[in-house]
Amino acid sequence: MTSVDLVIIGGGSAGMSAAVAAYDAGLRNILLLERGNALGGILLQCVHNGFGLHRFKEELTGPEYAYRYEKQVRERGIPFKLETTVLDITADRVVTAINSEDGIFTVQAGAIILAMGCRERPKGALNIAGTRPAGIFTAGTAQKYINIDGYMPGNEVVILGSGDIGLIMARRMTMEGAKVKAVCELMPYSGGLARNIEQCLHDFNIPLMLSHTVVEIHGRERVTGVTVAKVDERRRPIPETRQYIACDTLLLSCGLIPENELTRSAGIPLDRITNGAQVDQNRQTAIPGIFACGNVLHVHDLVDYVSEEAEIAGRAAAAFVQGKNTAPACEIALRTDGKVRYTVPQRITAEEDVRVYFRVADVYRGVTITVRDGEQMIFSKKKGKVAPGEMESVTLTAAQLSKVKSGCLEFSLCLDEAKGGESA
Amino acid sequence: MYDVVVIGAGIVGGMISRRLARLDLKLCILEKENDVGMGASRANSAIVHAGFDAKEGSLKAKLNVRGSEMMEDIARELDIKYIRNESLVVAFAHERESIRDLYERGLRNGVKGLSILEKEELHALEPHLNPELDCALRASTGAIICPFELCLASVGNAMDNGADLMCNFKVCDIQKTDGGYTVTAADGRSVQTRYIINSAGLYSDKIADMTGDGGFTVHARRGEYMVLDKACSKNITTRSIFHTPTKMGKGILITPSAHGNILLGPTAVDIDDKENRATTPEGFADILAKTGDNMADIPFNQVITSFCGLRAVGDTGDFIIRERDGVVTLGGIESPGLSASPAIAEYVEELLRNAGMNAEQKADYQPRRTSLRAFGEMTPEEKNAVIAKDPRYGRIVCRCEQITEGEIVESIHKNPGAQDVDGVKRRTRSGMGRCQGGFCSTIVLEILARELKLDLTEVTKFGGGSVINYRKTKGGI
Amino acid sequence: MSEIRKMTCIVCPMGCQLVVNLDDNGNVTGVANANCKRGVAYAATECVHPMRTVTGTAPIAGGGVVPVKTDRTVPKDLMIACMMVINETPVPANAPMGTIVIRNILGTGANVVTTKDLLGFN
Repeated sequence: MTSVDLVIIGGGSAGMSAAVAAYDAGLRNILLLERGNALGGILLQCVHNGFGLHRFKEELTGPEYAYRYEKQVRERGIPFKLETTVLDITADRVVTAINSEDGIFTVQAGAIILAMGCRERPKGALNIAGTRPAGIFTAGTAQKYINIDGYMPGNEVVILGSGDIGLIMARRMTMEGAKVKAVCELMPYSGGLARNIEQCLHDFNIPLMLSHTVVEIHGRERVTGVTVAKVDERRRPIPETRQYIACDTLLLSCGLIPENELTRSAGIPLDRITNGAQVDQNRQTAIPGIFACGNVLHVHDLVDYVSEEAEIAGRAAAAFVQGKNTAPACEIALRTDGKVRYTVPQRITAEEDVRVYFRVADVYRGVTITVRDGEQMIFSKKKGKVAPGEMESVTLTAAQLSKVKSGCLEFSLCLDEAKGGESA
Repeated sequence: MYDVVVIGAGIVGGMISRRLARLDLKLCILEKENDVGMGASRANSAIVHAGFDAKEGSLKAKLNVRGSEMMEDIARELDIKYIRNESLVVAFAHERESIRDLYERGLRNGVKGLSILEKEELHALEPHLNPELDCALRASTGAIICPFELCLASVGNAMDNGADLMCNFKVCDIQKTDGGYTVTAADGRSVQTRYIINSAGLYSDKIADMTGDGGFTVHARRGEYMVLDKACSKNITTRSIFHTPTKMGKGILITPSAHGNILLGPTAVDIDDKENRATTPEGFADILAKTGDNMADIPFNQVITSFCGLRAVGDTGDFIIRERDGVVTLGGIESPGLSASPAIAEYVEELLRNAGMNAEQKADYQPRRTSLRAFGEMTPEEKNAVIAKDPRYGRIVCRCEQITEGEIVESIHKNPGAQDVDGVKRRTRSGMGRCQGGFCSTIVLEILARELKLDLTEVTKFGGGSVINYRKTKGGI
Repeated sequence: MSEIRKMTCIVCPMGCQLVVNLDDNGNVTGVANANCKRGVAYAATECVHPMRTVTGTAPIAGGGVVPVKTDRTVPKDLMIACMMVINETPVPANAPMGTIVIRNILGTGANVVTTKDLLGFN
């Protein structure tokens, strides 16, 4: 069995960023494995702009962002294999993979970085009644047909779910001559970024139907229409609000699920909320030497943060291989109050500045984000509005962390009564 | 001129074709859809029933028990996944009586391996069941099978032995001729034959009207199912668990599929429309409630898909299988049709011989067929040998089920070859996993287009008007 | 009539909810709630002549598509018209990233450039 210092699974933005960071931290014997036929992952089909504002201070399209990282990977001569699928990983870091050239092969890795990304929630999981004709696609599948293959999978479209890919596809299909009749969102607020509601829906007069869902699909061979209905506060469809919308296509943008089949097979514990591994500030999972970053760890809104997170994992994996890891200085568990749904990382083991990312459970206006060590408030920040679709972060300093006594920090949201805080 | 034309390439038509294909006959299978197994054969519980349900003395009882006995050998010959997983019919205390009745009927039907489990034994065997369930009928000959494979393999094996398959052949007229019949399709194609087998499932009554042997009706009974992710199977059951039956059928069950998912269903609602395969909110609610009665804690959030099948229910309560003027009519082959299918085929051959068909077994008859699962079940060393010869077996297309490009190409060229995306899915399981084709369907489409020399706009989901891509984005160029 | 207009800023993912004051002539007299100068500039333009970047794909000569974008914003009303022009303009099959496909599209001053390298790194 060949040995490699670091195996990175996934050659999208997370995998490439991690590889570059690990290389720059001195690691040379790296192997990047990508199942697609090019480096770049899902960015390659995201031909719209809006990537890289934080990283590069300019608005790049997905392929341009990917290109910048692919260039760095190639300039460094970091070895990678395309059309290579990892079949299994073990807790002692044996990676089994398959491709056309090598067949099935195993590699003993000094460290592993998991960067497999995420998949879209499929129709089946939504239990929509009705027929099963052609014309039902996840937004990402339609995006691939249009942007990579150059084919139009629909002319008259209803989109269920207002996640960013759904919003982007509403605009993209309109630009290619389709009529997008409505975007239905089960929740009373959109799951996508406010700017995408503006530039993808409002710019083209596409109605956003909040608190609505698709209750039935019609059509024998191809979709001929959908029935949508308003839902009550418990998200149950209200029968008298049913309305039929004729269309030939239903696009689904109903959430992303981290692809953690390999993580599970290695016995790595997952976070119930993120569906990704539980990690420390280095993005190291509960199994030493196995790290995770990007959308396989938790679903990000912005690729810039994926790269940032992957670099943390890349540097930490390099340090692990080089034996530079120091003993944990502390063991602090991060907990949440429910209004804050989750944090990444979930635990902190070093007294250094740590940026903690989190998402909230609902749309709240006029809130204070607080971090408490028992009764002791160690951080607070006021915020006009927070929403589930927009990831938040708090940086805890080494000084703050060194004073933690209870071994546990609680992240919570206080609704600011004076300012008329409300759950919207 | 064919000797025999089989109308309807479902499991029953497939098994009859396979049996007849071993004889020195010119055989043709006509199918109205773009692929085989598109009726009741593609959406059912996939269980080989032991045979205690059907009324003693009925054709259903006789052929079920015999078919179930034959199935294991046939599955071996055709390399189909068949698992003797046992079935249980569970009952609450007030339903004890029906368990006893079923047991006794089973004995009268000649079913082997039946026993009654009392409460303690039952819960020791199936720890996740509702603790209030009181007793169960255990049938050790109950088995599960992959219904897609059963249909594909039987038709495929018939084709390997010389049978022709014509898809999209929607029979609209049958005329008696000198020494046979002319069967004509809606698109104008026609075939001449000496004998006809009418195994047209839901439409066997319509075909019977054309052959002049009508007088019965077949209606559709909707059966809705939900499928759970493979990951939850180990905390549910390995057995097929029924509740005590009603007159509408064997009730809603909890069963593993041959590929390791858990199947919940079917509902049973009679409907007028023979093409209405829509699932309903009422159906979902019924499945949730009734499976919930037998087992709490079913992880309904792990549902990966749901579907609706239509059973072909006759108006006599029993299978209708008869021969007249060289036409064998099969009507109302509802459950246990799959289980009985090997015995139905045997019986149909007997009817044809009685009607004067006289044919010997072919010298080069090949009863065996290898499944598309072959590659997936190889050792890594064996796989590497295959990949070295054909690199397409090293390229994973469906990541959830780990299906390679080589297997997909094979499914397009192996009898009966896949013609559409769903056809590839039923043959290879590509797209049947937890992402339900989110990633692989676009690649499967490209492979189909390449292998069948079609444009991406011409590849369909399941034939007919089930187009996937309407046009190129850059139409002018 | 002076007017107060609310709008979502699309300059960056923050999505600031801007409040814009307009005078009787429709000129912007003030922008509140913007977290950066670019937001103020966006509001000013958006109220007078909204501008957008067009992204999409163009045909490759010989088949297939390549991602493209306008290298600066174009009037919002012209987005679809730009796309129609792009649809009819084939890109050479070996065009490197950033190749100008169409200069000054529809007189907007913006060029359409490719955003993927068709040459490849080799």
